[in-house]
Order: sequence, then C-alpha cells, then structure tokens
Amino acid sequence: MLKDLFRGRPRYATINPTPGESRQEPRPVAPKEAPDGLWLKCDGCETILYRKELQQHAQICPKCGYHFRIGGWERLEQLADEGSFTVWEDHLASVDPLGFPGYPEKVVQAQARTGLSEAVIVGRAAIEELPVALGIFDFNFVGGSMGSVVGERLTRLFERAEAERLPVVVVSAGGGGARMQEGILSLMQMAKTSQAVARYRRCRMPFISVLTDPTMGGVYASFASLGDVIIAEPGARIGFAGPRIVQETTRQVLPEGFQTAEYALQNGMIDLVVPRPKLREQVAQLLRLHL
Amino acid sequence: MAATDFEWERPLIELEERIRELESFTDQRGIDLSEEITRLKRRADQLREEIFANLTPWQRVLLARHPGRPTTLEYIASIFDEFVELHGDRTFRDDPAMVGGIARLNGRPVTVIGPQKGRDTKENIRRNFGLPHPEGYRKAIRLMEQAERFGRPIITLIDVVGAYPGIEAEQRGQGLVIAEAIMTMSQLRVPIISVVTGEGGSGGALAIGVADRVWMLENAWYSVISPEMCAQILWKDSKRAPEAASLLRLTARDLMELGIIDGIVPEPMGGAHRDKEATARNVKEVLVRELQVLEGMDPDALLEARYQRYRRIGAFAEGQSQELASRREDGEEGQVPEEAGLGGQAVTGVGSPPAPSE
Repeated sequence: MLKDLFRGRPRYATINPTPGESRQEPRPVAPKEAPDGLWLKCDGCETILYRKELQQHAQICPKCGYHFRIGGWERLEQLADEGSFTVWEDHLASVDPLGFPGYPEKVVQAQARTGLSEAVIVGRAAIEELPVALGIFDFNFVGGSMGSVVGERLTRLFERAEAERLPVVVVSAGGGGARMQEGILSLMQMAKTSQAVARYRRCRMPFISVLTDPTMGGVYASFASLGDVIIAEPGARIGFAGPRIVQETTRQVLPEGFQTAEYALQNGMIDLVVPRPKLREQVAQLLRLHL
Repeated sequence: MAATDFEWERPLIELEERIRELESFTDQRGIDLSEEITRLKRRADQLREEIFANLTPWQRVLLARHPGRPTTLEYIASIFDEFVELHGDRTFRDDPAMVGGIARLNGRPVTVIGPQKGRDTKENIRRNFGLPHPEGYRKAIRLMEQAERFGRPIITLIDVVGAYPGIEAEQRGQGLVIAEAIMTMSQLRVPIISVVTGEGGSGGALAIGVADRVWMLENAWYSVISPEMCAQILWKDSKRAPEAASLLRLTARDLMELGIIDGIVPEPMGGAHRDKEATARNVKEVLVRELQVLEGMDPDALLEARYQRYRRIGAFAEGQSQELASRREDGEEGQVPEEAGLGGQAVTGVGSPPAPSE
C-alpha cells in the first residue's frame, strides 16, 4: 500500500541509530542539554546553584522553587517505582516521509542527546505499587513534538491500557506541538490520539494528564487536554500559541504569568498545580480514588 | 491588470485585453479581424493551460488567500436551498469568525459549520479575519451535538488561517477547546463531510475537520503550520515562505498522495474566484454524492470507519531495518541514506481512507 502511495518518491529512511537495543532496564543519562560545569544560575531567581545539590532536589531550585526541565529517564525515576518500568513500542522508529531537510539528522542527534528513541516513551509501570500505563515526554527530543511515532505510541498506549484495564498517566512536555517536519501527518496525530482517549474512556479507568514545561500547540490541543484529571507542574508554560506569536499578533503586553500553570489553574483549564516532589504521591492518591 | 490579479497571470491577462480590443474594433469599425482573434484565442488557451497546470504550491497558497475567493457564507448561499444561521456558544458570546446553522441540501436538512472571513476591512475586523476564538469552536461543538440529536448530517467548510492566537483566546482555553472539538467529532453518530475550501491552518482547521470524508478544493492548502511560520523557524526569514510551501507538501494533490483526503474538487481555470457559482456547483456535487453513500451506513459502522480513517495515519518503521542497522555498524553512524528502503519486517502505515463498508 505504501509503495502505491509514494510511487516515484521513495524517500523513506528509518531513523534509529541503535536498532534492536533493549531498553527494558533503562539507565538514566545525565541531562546533557544543561551547560556543563559544577555550577549554574537559576532561571527563576538567578541564584548560583551547585549542580549536585539541584539534582538531589529533583532539579528544583532550593531557593525559589523554580522547576528546571528534566529529561525522560529522570522523570521516570522520580515518578515510577524503581525497576517497575517495562517499555512498550520501542521498536517504532521515525522515518522522513516528506524528505524534510535536516530532519533525519535532527532525530539522530536527539537520540544521542536524550538516550531515548523518540520524544515519548511508553510502557507499563507502577506508581506506589499501583500498575499504570505510562507515557513520558522529553522536551529535549525535537522539542517534545508529536510526529507519527509519538502519535502511534500514545495511541497504542491507550489501546493496550483499555485491553488490560490499566489507568493511564501521561507526562507531557510537548513544547514543539505537532512536529513540523512530518507535515500534515503530524497534525493528524492530534486526531488519532484524541479519538484514542475517547475510546479509552469506555473502560472507565482514569487518564491522568500531567503537563510539564512546556506543553504547547498540538500536544496541548489534543490528548493532553483530555485527561480526566489534569495536573501541571509549577511555572510550566501551558498554552496553544507560542507567546511570541501572541505578542506579534495582538501587539499587546502579555499579562504577568501569561500561560503559566498557575494562570491555567486560575482560568479553569486544569485541576491542580503540584510541585514535583509531591507529584508521585498526588498521582497515586488520585489513582487509588478511582480503583 | 487589476490589483487582485497575480503577477504570474500577467501575460494571459494582457493577451485577454488585446483580444477584447480587437473584438470591439471589429464591432465598431466593421473590419474583420476574426482570423487574428482566433489565433490569439488559441494562444490564450494554450497560455492558460501552461500557467494553471503548473502552479507552484506557493501560487496555490496565494490563490487560496485571494480576497475574491468565495467565503463560507457565499458557499452556503449557493449550495443549500435554505439556511437558518444559529448563534452563540451558550457560555460566553457569539463568535462572528465561526458561522453555522441548519440548511437544506437537495431537500435534506443538514448542519453546516465553517469559519467566516470578511469581504472587506470592516467586515474582516468584525469577523477577526476569520480567526475563531474558543467560543467559536464551542459554538461549532454545540451545533454538532445538536445535529446528532436530530440525526442531521454535518458538513463543515474549512477556510481558516488558524485558531486566533490572542491573550483572551488563551485565557479561555483555545488549546483545550480544539482538543474537545476533535474528540467530539470522532464520536458523533451522524455522517460528517469536510471540505477544505481555502486555507486549512493547522489545529484551527482540524478542530472542525475530523470527518468521514475530507475533500479539498484544487487550490486549497492544509498544513500543520503556515508556510510563513515554517520559513521563520527554518531560516529565520518568513519571506522564504514559497520554499517552505514546497517542503510542507500542503497542496490538495500532496494530501491526496499522502492518503489524508478523499478527493479534490476542481476549480474553474484561474481559481475559485473566477467563477464562484461553478465552484459551488462542484462542491455541491461532491457533498450530495458522498452524503448518499454515508447515509446508507449503520452508525456503528460509520463510527468504526471514521476511527480507522485516522487510526492508520502516520509514517513510521516498525521493527528494525536490518539492512540499515548493519550499514550503521560499518561506520555510517548518523548518516541516513537518502533513499533507504524499509527492510524486512518494517511496516509503514500511511492512512488511505477506507472504502465505505456497508
């Protein structure tokens, strides 16, 4: 079927530098995106922080509570019970359907940087011993954007969760929204994942959507907004259009705290703002209230 | 040449003017120039063919944005026998950038919904240039749910640059409401037909575009991002939008090849604005034909087919490509071959719309 559709344009290339590598026992990699060195400046209060100390505080500034972005593996470590994660659908690899310049290289670089195969990892895990179907985004993977693989993995996550009657927890960090480099196919992942959530609702198990910095565009405007309960991390940027676009379109001064988690809470768009150290406990409590 | 004509049409328009001159010359002076006129007309036909058969994606984007292009309300007036416009989202206000109501298509009541651009500056300001706020999408959801209650098929006509990126729009949950609209459409137990008539701008278009059948006009575009924004991101230069338009594969023919749409509605030579009535007739013909097929379907089968229509969209490799893996081990790490085929067990699914399953 594919051959027919792309007759004359055989431009596919799989993008997976480590095919077949099992990630059943994922090992976290150091967040390499942060500037190297022992010290760094807090983006919230400009205090100079000792990197090791920051790591011990779940990447939260001990002075002002600013939540630094964290990678997928680190998130998994913080949220799921130790050793409980089994990865699903890791064999789905991105291709370059439009022949978009620089895209294959971008994915390969992201894989090297994050130690992840794509912008979301999905699988089975336990949170305070409660089994869940878990999805975790990594912003450092092409901006946490949703292309075909991300859409397919999430869809299969919801489908399998329904079949196995598991609650679903997805931690989004989709700053890039729908992935530009896969064009219209990315846009359609919004429909694919949203309808998967609708079907999943039939099994009457909860979907807890956790929005972390940043969750924007097509990720926010699809499955991530469809949680039975929506939680956000303090200060996380949440919105549809990027702040620069809003600024340029409206030529207005953006209000204080525009598109933050607290702003979304105040406007009635989310249920809770939960600091990172409390997230695991809060998710577990909500899960227990549904079981 | 009028201000609304395009540069690339200039030779044709000049030729057409010359023909008109000769014709009026013939009428007024009684000199027979018919031989010359016939020759020029043949040349004009040839030129028209050359120009419009080979439009670049960017030229189509410009045609889709032509100020004279028929708007949603104009299509509604031409296609349907009656139309009662309904207003308001019942929560906040009526959004003039999104119109909808109950109409009759060949005698059959249907619900029609679509973003509405203005005809002039004044109307454009009132209608926010056809950029809906969350309440516009909430109105659309309300009208769709209303249609479902009465078993009315839903037709959406899509011409929207995008959902409005404004401060209040963000406050009132632009992203959230788009998600809700998408999910709602995936669950409605009545037939839905969408036609992208002009611009299909990302989430703002998809929010009213989850359907059993999706058609596009010949010169419409539909994309995850506008060419300007894509160019801005890629090259920090929105003036390179014409190049971005080619990269994004956003034309009707592209989307047909990618298996996203079901068909292309032909436009009159030169674009929809050259003959609005003819364009509307073409759209109507598709709507009537598709509705006939969809109305024969059992609602469960309809819903399942709609689910599968989107379920299969995506391009990815499933399982490792051994060939590629071994090449990489040979020291080609990070080099993705331009035309690597998908080996062995690799499966790539790009959705092709399911045939009506009755």
